[in-house]
Amino acid sequence: MSATFRYRALTLSVLIFGAIPAIADDLKIGLIAPFSGPSSDAGGPEMESGMRAYLKIHGDTVAGRKIVIIRKDAPSPAPDVARRLAQELVTRDKVDVLAGHIFTPTAIAAGQVSTQAKVPMLIMNAATSGILAKMPYTARASFTLAQTTAPLARWANKNGIKRVFTVVADYAPGIDSETAFLQELEKSGNSAAGSIRVPLDTIDFASYIRRIQDTQPGAVFAFLPASDQAKNFIKAFREAGLDKAGVRLLAEGGMVHPAISMTLDDDAIGTVSSHHYSDDHQTAVNAAFVAAFKTFSPGGRAPSYIAVGAYDAMEMLFQAVKMQEGKLDPDRTMQIWREMAWESPRGPVRFDPASRDIVQNVYIRKLERKNGALVNVEFETFANVDDAGRQ
Amino acid sequence: MLAQFIGVVLDGIAYASLLFLISVGLSVTMGLMQFANLAHGAFAMAGGYMCVYAMQALGLSYLAALPIAFLFSMVLGVILERLLYRRLYSASHLAQVLFTVGLLYLSMGLAVLLFGPGAQAIHLPPFLQGQIAMFGTQLSVFRAFTIIFVLIVALGLAFVVRWTRFGARIRCSVDNRAAAIGIGIDVDKVMTYAFALGSGLAGVGGALGVQLMGLDPSFPLKYLAYFLLIVVVGGAGSFIGPLFAALVVGVVDTAGRYYAPVLGSFTMYFLMIALLLIFPHGLVGRAR
Repeated sequence: MSATFRYRALTLSVLIFGAIPAIADDLKIGLIAPFSGPSSDAGGPEMESGMRAYLKIHGDTVAGRKIVIIRKDAPSPAPDVARRLAQELVTRDKVDVLAGHIFTPTAIAAGQVSTQAKVPMLIMNAATSGILAKMPYTARASFTLAQTTAPLARWANKNGIKRVFTVVADYAPGIDSETAFLQELEKSGNSAAGSIRVPLDTIDFASYIRRIQDTQPGAVFAFLPASDQAKNFIKAFREAGLDKAGVRLLAEGGMVHPAISMTLDDDAIGTVSSHHYSDDHQTAVNAAFVAAFKTFSPGGRAPSYIAVGAYDAMEMLFQAVKMQEGKLDPDRTMQIWREMAWESPRGPVRFDPASRDIVQNVYIRKLERKNGALVNVEFETFANVDDAGRQ
Repeated sequence: MLAQFIGVVLDGIAYASLLFLISVGLSVTMGLMQFANLAHGAFAMAGGYMCVYAMQALGLSYLAALPIAFLFSMVLGVILERLLYRRLYSASHLAQVLFTVGLLYLSMGLAVLLFGPGAQAIHLPPFLQGQIAMFGTQLSVFRAFTIIFVLIVALGLAFVVRWTRFGARIRCSVDNRAAAIGIGIDVDKVMTYAFALGSGLAGVGGALGVQLMGLDPSFPLKYLAYFLLIVVVGGAGSFIGPLFAALVVGVVDTAGRYYAPVLGSFTMYFLMIALLLIFPHGLVGRAR
């Protein structure tokens, strides 16, 4: 880095922040996520507990700087709210790093602020493909839907499952997963028995279930938001006796994360899903994470994929601050993140330097009851899948 | 083809039954006092949570939890009507709307506080699970149960309204409030009873709805449009109106999703607009 650039960066930071950031200060993280409203159940608190679990295991100070989390409530995907919150965090709270985002629209809005102010940002969930291209100071510690669904189609092909019916929610992530799944099916000459895009306000799935029954498919692939929709669909699937009629349910893993499978109970057992994280993952790193997480979560609930995204974002932040001895230069930070590889609770992960997305294992799991609790037991691994679902 | 059509219609009727059960109380209070109780769904939610609580914490069976949900919402209705609602009967519509919207958000906050933000679920007894074959199609046992349950309630309600003195008082108070007061009917008391009954029915609807509509703290807001739609299309103040309106909403919504899934909810809302243009005072309502 040249002296001129350093001077410019300093001038810029003086202009933007109004002060030269002191080095021994607290390390402030601006967390934008839903802390109220219907999305908060598996939203902000889940992320914060994941972050706190990391701090519990690794200590709350890195290179002499104490971690401070500043929460900002973005209850819905509204981009204008997220942009305002990100601006507040950068100008008033003078955060060192932006983080969070359950929803893609809030990630894009805050990403614009991150780009203009050169404040690094870590996405902990928001899984729509291709959004990082226009955000040079953002890296995604979570996953993309293409990444987690393509392996499920590959698994269906491998196991000779023919005539899969796809049901997805009619919004960007749903269409991402439908596209990824169908493309993968077609690669082995397989085709869909039918495809339905369900409006996001759907409550009663009876009509869609009847359409599925009419075509008598070998399996149903579903991706619906990890909330009532996922629950109501799985319930309706069972209620109609589709599983007894020999139709397999293949779900995007978010649909059966702990908070959901807990309320579905027996109705969800046997669901095959694909995802990058299960709290049942058998490693020491994960055991430590699950134990630490349970001390923060309501009712000692197991961590979801959202919590692990938050945990790994902390790992990235710690690594960057350590390597810069307490500083967090935006360009150097992005360079460090691009080259990172580590052992996450989800398994071995590394970054794709070009896309700034995680390359990780995607596991095929089956929901089972184990010691009284419902867990997604991993039984097959697709190793090193990139953000487009390629291996 | 015919079997599928019957199946879709039956699913729609089951959905409509629930919507009717929850909305009918709203129709009566709107007809009686011209009071738009936007917090009406909160009573349905209260019934739903009571049902979940009775089954999970008290270990009661589903069939025992339903009347408890009814009683709980009814008592809640009486208390709130006596303490709060009656103070606003003569207030402006804006004040009423602000008050009931406030109550709506209060109920949602309270639900988060007591039960957490997540959705609740119940476990149906084995005899309500599974499918039955009828008219060459399959219908889930629970949906059949819902239809029969609501049919019995609706017949009971029709009997009360048509053949009892209480029903006569309600009809009289709705039709002509001044005359009702003139012949010595205590309209305030009629209102309290009607409010209690409506809240109770909403409570039982909410309890039945846990399975088909889901239950979480956003319930009263999420379905508010449906409840209002049914009352407005049916005609405020009547019992039969909401029944027709609920059937139209339930069946058209379900059939629309089956036959034209691409259109989403468009089919239903289009029909609603058309119906309101043709019958501006509701299907059985009258101009006031």
